[in-house]
Amino acid sequence: MLRYIARRLALSLITLFLILLIVFSLTRVFPSEPARQLAGPFASEERVEQLTENLGLDDPLPTQFGRLVRDVVTLDFGESFSQPGVRVLDLIRPALWNSAKLVILSLLLVLPISIFGGIMAARKKDTLLDRSIVSFGLASASIPDFVSGVLLQFLIGVKLGWLPAVSNAPDDAGLLTGIKFILLPALAILFVYFGYIARITRAGAIGAFEADYTRTAYMKGMSSSKVIRKHVLRNALQPTVAVTGTQMGYLFGGLIGLEVVFNYNGLGGLIFRAATAPDFPLLQAAVLSVAIIFMLSTLAADLIIAWMNPRARLDLGDD
Amino acid sequence: MSINEPHDPAVEIVDMAAVARAPLEPAIPATDRKSIKRELRRELFRTPSFIVGAVISLFWVACAVAPGIFTKWGESDFVRNSDGASIPRASPRADAWFGTDTIGQDVFARVIYGADNVLITSPIAALIAVLAGAVLGLVMGYFRGWADEILSRVLEAVLSLPVVLLAIMAVVTFGSTRLVLILTIATLFTPVVARTVRSAVLAEAQLDYVTSAKLRGEPALFIMLREIFPNISNILVVEFTVRVGYAIFTVATLSFLGFSVGSASDADWGRDISDTYSLIQAGQWWPAIFPALAIASLVIAINLIADSVDKVYSS
Repeated sequence: MLRYIARRLALSLITLFLILLIVFSLTRVFPSEPARQLAGPFASEERVEQLTENLGLDDPLPTQFGRLVRDVVTLDFGESFSQPGVRVLDLIRPALWNSAKLVILSLLLVLPISIFGGIMAARKKDTLLDRSIVSFGLASASIPDFVSGVLLQFLIGVKLGWLPAVSNAPDDAGLLTGIKFILLPALAILFVYFGYIARITRAGAIGAFEADYTRTAYMKGMSSSKVIRKHVLRNALQPTVAVTGTQMGYLFGGLIGLEVVFNYNGLGGLIFRAATAPDFPLLQAAVLSVAIIFMLSTLAADLIIAWMNPRARLDLGDD
Repeated sequence: MSINEPHDPAVEIVDMAAVARAPLEPAIPATDRKSIKRELRRELFRTPSFIVGAVISLFWVACAVAPGIFTKWGESDFVRNSDGASIPRASPRADAWFGTDTIGQDVFARVIYGADNVLITSPIAALIAVLAGAVLGLVMGYFRGWADEILSRVLEAVLSLPVVLLAIMAVVTFGSTRLVLILTIATLFTPVVARTVRSAVLAEAQLDYVTSAKLRGEPALFIMLREIFPNISNILVVEFTVRVGYAIFTVATLSFLGFSVGSASDADWGRDISDTYSLIQAGQWWPAIFPALAIASLVIAINLIADSVDKVYSS
């Protein structure tokens, strides 16, 4: 088990290195004049030269890449380009925390509701209920997050006036007020993910409902709810856990349009602002945060699956 | 396993029955494959969700090709009432079904004219991604070895970041032109396709027909293209339809974030939403909500198609 984790982390390091290389090429190698881009089209030639000099953009590319790797290893990304004097990590931290709040609330909504929907669909397979859940899920999951965001903002935030249409809670807001302010984007995320998670759960649950151990449990007179709790869920939820793990990167760094709609300062919005500024140190640090979150959550998902399923644990040992 | 796999015993049984009934008609595998394809297509065209999806998609394609037949206003025309006065910020009414935007353009016309951006970029990007992914997947799955190992790592690196995030970085670096958008989305979608194709090829490569082709001494290229490829082509059809949906998702998101093609006055769903969504809170919901519904209807339609294609071709 420990060997498996060590191997996974080692492979993750390779992936992280490759991501670093991709980010580096997109920000430093391909742009012909990064300093000009940074200073803006109306900046003087001297200012551009000064920037190039200050930021070391004239150094050979390997030197620059080495510097980036050093920044990553020491977890010190220096100062932001767009907000001079502000340390990159001081910009990342609040954005990461905001994203975490939104992700946690979303998962608290998405997982129970989607799992319930998926199990119900599997139990009533091929009935109207099943078909409705699957079709609604297919439709909701295919709509871009910013579109469902705009639609929900209009319906719930403005037409019905139930929730704040913009997600910046006042600084002194308590937990409940804080939740109220991010409930609308969380509902949009529920809208996006319900179909996906419910379908995955449904597929897993159909397999579990049809398995011999479930039939045996029923035949020995176990109650339906107990069969679901003890036998079906444990097996049906493994794909759900795996998929949730792979979606964490997207939840933290991919909901850029949604964060813009609700004017929410999460990691996605930060990446967007860093990319358009452009603010390379901030961008690199933020993208790496997303990658690290993705890696840790997929690893966590695999470990949870191993805990749920002894057979998977055996596979891990062999690995 | 796909239906037209030549060593599938079920197919052989059917073949023999056909031969027994019509001994004068030799059962040639190629015609079998064609008739199976035809049968699959017929089944697809009978699926209700496919029909609904196709009708909606075709409507938007018609809007992209000939917007003029659906509306008398151009995308940059100002709506005039009977007095000849411009009517900005008008809510939906008889002479402007979807209302007018802040400068008095017809929202209905903007929605109709806005269809072309996503509908040009997305299918081309998806097609390139499927072709590139098929080549990569075939090579990786067939040859395995260190090339597969290295490529798998690279694909995994790309896959571990959200598509939108990488796409933004690419368009910031290379500029938001149609070509950059197409190539960016194609590049970002290639890893998923390659991974799917790779695992399908791995499964196929273990089957007897591949082994016997190898024993016959066929060159690798022949085995990949003429033996394995026909058996994974259904997967590619499914992948293509799914990818078109995601490409529309991505193109719309990018243009919402300010990376759209064409001049700022051209109608574009994502850009029009971005320009007007802040007005929703002031009660002017129509300039943003109608393009949003347009995007929703198109992606739902494409996904209905993808889902039916998946059901028919993967069963």
